[in-house]
Amino acid sequence: MATSSVSKGCFVFKPSAKKKKKTLDLESYFTDGCEDARSSELRFELCQDLWDQIKTETEILQDELNRKVLDSLLEFTKKCSSIRHHSDWTSQMRASEIPTAALILGVNVTDHDMTFQSLSELLQTSVTPHVASVQAKECGALKHLMKKVLERLMDTVVAVGDDDDDEVEEETEQHHRSVHCSLTTLCDWYSKKTKKSSSGTPGKKRSSLVVNEQQEPPVVIVFKDLEAFNPRVLQDFILVCSRYVQRLPLMFIFGIATAPSTIQHMLPHSVSSLLCIELFQSLSCSQHLTTVIEKLILTHSFPFKLNGKVMQVLVGIFLYHDFSVKNFIKGLQLALLEHFYSQPLSVLCCRKEKALLNLKHLRHDDLERVRQLPSFRRFVEKQEIEEQEKLRTDDSHLKNVCQKLMKDLHKYHKCYYPILRCLHTLTSSLPRYPLGKQIRELHLICLEKNVWEAEEYQSAVNLLKMLAKDELISLLQKCAEILQPIRSTQMKSACVQLEELLSKFQQLDAPATDQSTASEENFTSPVKNLPKKTDLFQLQKTLLESRRSRKKSPFEALRNEALDFIDTLVKSHLSPPESQPLYEVCYYSSSAAVRRHLNAAPRTSIQAALSSPYHYLQNESLKSDDGTVSNSAPDICIAYKLHLECGRLINLYDWLEAYSTVISAAEGTDPDSDGFGKVDEVKHARFIRAVAELEFLGFIKSTKQKTDHVARLTWGGC
Amino acid sequence: MTGLLQQPGYDEERLKRVSELLPCREVQAGMLLSLMGQPQQYCYPSVFIYGHRSSGKSHVTNILMEELELPHATVSCVECVSVALLFEQVLLSFFGCDAASLLPRSPSLSDFVRIYRQQSSQFPAEQTRYIVSDTSPELLRDADANLLPALLRLQELVEDNVTVILLSEIVWETFRPNTGCFEPLLLHFPDYSKDELKQVLSKNKHPSYSAEFYSSYINILLGVFYSVCRDLRELRHLAALNFSKFCEPVEAGKAKVGDTHKLWKNIEPHLKKAMRTVYLREVSRCLSAHTHVELPYYSKFLLIAAYLASYNPARTDKRFFVKHHGKIRKTNFLKKNEKTSNHLLGPKPFPLDRLLAIFYSVVDSRVAPTASIFSQISSLVTLQLLVQISHDDQLDAPKYKCAVTLDFISAISRTVNFDIVKYLYDFL
Repeated sequence: MATSSVSKGCFVFKPSAKKKKKTLDLESYFTDGCEDARSSELRFELCQDLWDQIKTETEILQDELNRKVLDSLLEFTKKCSSIRHHSDWTSQMRASEIPTAALILGVNVTDHDMTFQSLSELLQTSVTPHVASVQAKECGALKHLMKKVLERLMDTVVAVGDDDDDEVEEETEQHHRSVHCSLTTLCDWYSKKTKKSSSGTPGKKRSSLVVNEQQEPPVVIVFKDLEAFNPRVLQDFILVCSRYVQRLPLMFIFGIATAPSTIQHMLPHSVSSLLCIELFQSLSCSQHLTTVIEKLILTHSFPFKLNGKVMQVLVGIFLYHDFSVKNFIKGLQLALLEHFYSQPLSVLCCRKEKALLNLKHLRHDDLERVRQLPSFRRFVEKQEIEEQEKLRTDDSHLKNVCQKLMKDLHKYHKCYYPILRCLHTLTSSLPRYPLGKQIRELHLICLEKNVWEAEEYQSAVNLLKMLAKDELISLLQKCAEILQPIRSTQMKSACVQLEELLSKFQQLDAPATDQSTASEENFTSPVKNLPKKTDLFQLQKTLLESRRSRKKSPFEALRNEALDFIDTLVKSHLSPPESQPLYEVCYYSSSAAVRRHLNAAPRTSIQAALSSPYHYLQNESLKSDDGTVSNSAPDICIAYKLHLECGRLINLYDWLEAYSTVISAAEGTDPDSDGFGKVDEVKHARFIRAVAELEFLGFIKSTKQKTDHVARLTWGGC
Repeated sequence: MTGLLQQPGYDEERLKRVSELLPCREVQAGMLLSLMGQPQQYCYPSVFIYGHRSSGKSHVTNILMEELELPHATVSCVECVSVALLFEQVLLSFFGCDAASLLPRSPSLSDFVRIYRQQSSQFPAEQTRYIVSDTSPELLRDADANLLPALLRLQELVEDNVTVILLSEIVWETFRPNTGCFEPLLLHFPDYSKDELKQVLSKNKHPSYSAEFYSSYINILLGVFYSVCRDLRELRHLAALNFSKFCEPVEAGKAKVGDTHKLWKNIEPHLKKAMRTVYLREVSRCLSAHTHVELPYYSKFLLIAAYLASYNPARTDKRFFVKHHGKIRKTNFLKKNEKTSNHLLGPKPFPLDRLLAIFYSVVDSRVAPTASIFSQISSLVTLQLLVQISHDDQLDAPKYKCAVTLDFISAISRTVNFDIVKYLYDFL
């Protein structure tokens, strides 16, 4: 670089601001490797919108679901804090006990964070500013627990009260000397705090949440994961706290993942008698999942869909592995992102009006992509020859057809979900649940194949044909209620028909009295007519005959009519999405990608890398067809391959010999020459490194059973 | 009152109030008081008071200290996680915070003695000062080798009129260090007798009912619970819990206050019910409703596999999990020492790979060894359904134990249609 200086010397050049490396934002990450760069911005926007929608909806859901238990918890804390001021006899008797709420949350520990978050927010806004939550991993000893509690309590106050910064700072300084880390400090701080807030000048601006009606807001300590705490620490902490309960209105909340008996396992009677425990149960995680699926997946208002396999993977991970709703939503997010990232036609995956608009702006190569879609090809093949030709060549015609198809797809979704719900209401109470207890199971069946061809469907219909009148009527009424609010002409007419059926059922009631008795007579007479002596076979035969010959009662006729009606509804609306042209636009179908991302199998991939290095290294010379490892593979692969041939114990020297033979072959040494297979220093070193690497990966370990042997840690092999 | 406390040097009125506050402990309080002597007199350097839980040790000492306004420092040994905290609290309550701040960062015993001396020369004791160490002083014994012996003869060390009172639930013999030490005076607090319990419990009567009514209630209560529970605190809890039920008929006007028989008839079933949950507190009330723990499918099988690994000898795995094991009878396996049931011996540790081997043979479908299978094992550990035996740092071949009961595991295996009893060596 040039300088204006005449003398020699060192010059510092600051890089100009422009040259600073531009940090990539989310969008450019998305658009970078995207299939079709042009539409990627649009797709990113759509994806972002949908994700925001998911996020807000799930948050609202979470709040709604937790509301009940949180409200009762809140009530409990309020009651506890107010009880101290009453001179009620019972409360006086129990004044020395620390009120404790045991919150049973279920084993999905990852979901608890959100619950605790909203809990402490709620507590802070409506009960007390003094809330401290602690986790087990930060409290290894009583000292640490105490310190964390003190820090959190006083810090929250620093954040809340803005009028006494200096003093608080002084105090925090003080308690940072861990010597002062005792509850006495907290008591002093608390009495100062309450005194101040009660005698505070009214003119001063206050932060919104100081609760002034209560002179003494309780101090709430939340133990997020009770099971993980060291019982000793917890016991000591409770013992210490109980000494201060007269001066400090303490309150505990235990987050319990398993069962309430944990408390008894962890705390001896001498400690648990210091607590006054009340139990709260939160919603079970499977119910939570059901509502999430209900709100996000089983709705036509959410354009992005999962196909059966992906859905299966996500639900499977939930049921088999973690029970975590949070992870389920993460999986949904991944699918969403992948869909918009890899499918250029996903510009059409949005609300109907917008999709039609986007359709108009499609370019030629996008339309080519449409023509490539399997579902569209199937559609084309069904058309007349001329029409087929036109669809293949004329872009504008294609656009028009697509417009109609998109509308059809939306219509399909609009009808699919209500009918699915109807079918679920009808079948979910049947004995042994032929079509599943949960609606998601039915949904999965419907996504896979034509549901009416399934055996389970037949058995469900047969069971429905045996339903009693009042049961059937109530179920049909429920169906009508489901169809009522749907704004679609097809659904409207279906609803009307259903109501008609229902009114027919109702009309049956009026003249039913005499008819039913008649039919009863009909039914009982053959049994009466039986001869006195009869064997089982005879009885069966007569009963069967009577059943066949019996005339159908009007109710039975009507019941069949109703079920036939339901059947036609199912057949016309519950076909799997693959039957719909252009379904690929909305449905994400790569279950393998989702599985790979969410349910990683590290061992499988390590083994894949070791047994077929070509898979990762992409080096042509490593390619082999028959699953053997070529001689030129990395050392560790060869060592791995050789070790597979051994038993539980491996003789290191034999292993080395075999290794050096393979390596010599790879080097192209003449097999008959003297040096072939000889172990030189380099080979020895390479071998030792490979063995060390295998040990690091956990395939072998040194053993004391036999000298110069190593033990295999995996089983199986050649 | 008969056992009125008397000791020259203290205010008569106060002594009277003290004895009213300490029903049934007059003897012990009187003994303690006479040990303490007159306020300005030197007391014995250390007093060791022992007795069962809730036999009134802390209560008596605290009441004496508070009511007679003696200079004292009460320290909880549980709270004093370090000796520094102990020293600080003592100095703080005797000489104010200036003295406490003189302590160096991690003070030794001699620091404490030095500062104490320095301070006491400035403010010499006019009355005996008392250091009361409450709740499990055995922590003092375990804390530091010379701490307890030094505290026992603190009077000598600091040359001040100071007495250390230790309140303990265990006897002095367990405290005595090998090297010997100054022997404190021992004072035993016996348990309350039934009559005494009645007297003490009747003290906190309900304001809206007469004392006789309440004591008749206590009488009934003790009649039921005395055989199983003599803990004052628990009894008081039970009394508070059931009293509302007891006076229900009186409030409803169905019975008169004096109608003991009717009241007894009414309360008896409630007390019988409470009998089942004595000592368990509220948790137990809804316990049965919540014992069921929901687990993910594979976690259930992992837990089952862990249970099998914990309670079956490793040699028998072949018998249970290899398909063509042939006919092997239990007697072939039996070793001499294995005649006792494994369930009586408790769970045995097992390595991770055995757990996985059993897991793969009991689970009916093919399961890929994914990361989430392994993370489920560690979440079972945090839920305390499994216990990790080896240290956390040991990554190589960790060992576990199964920490659930047979009932629990049978309930779990019933939900996945797995007949666990068929796979347990004990039930072969």
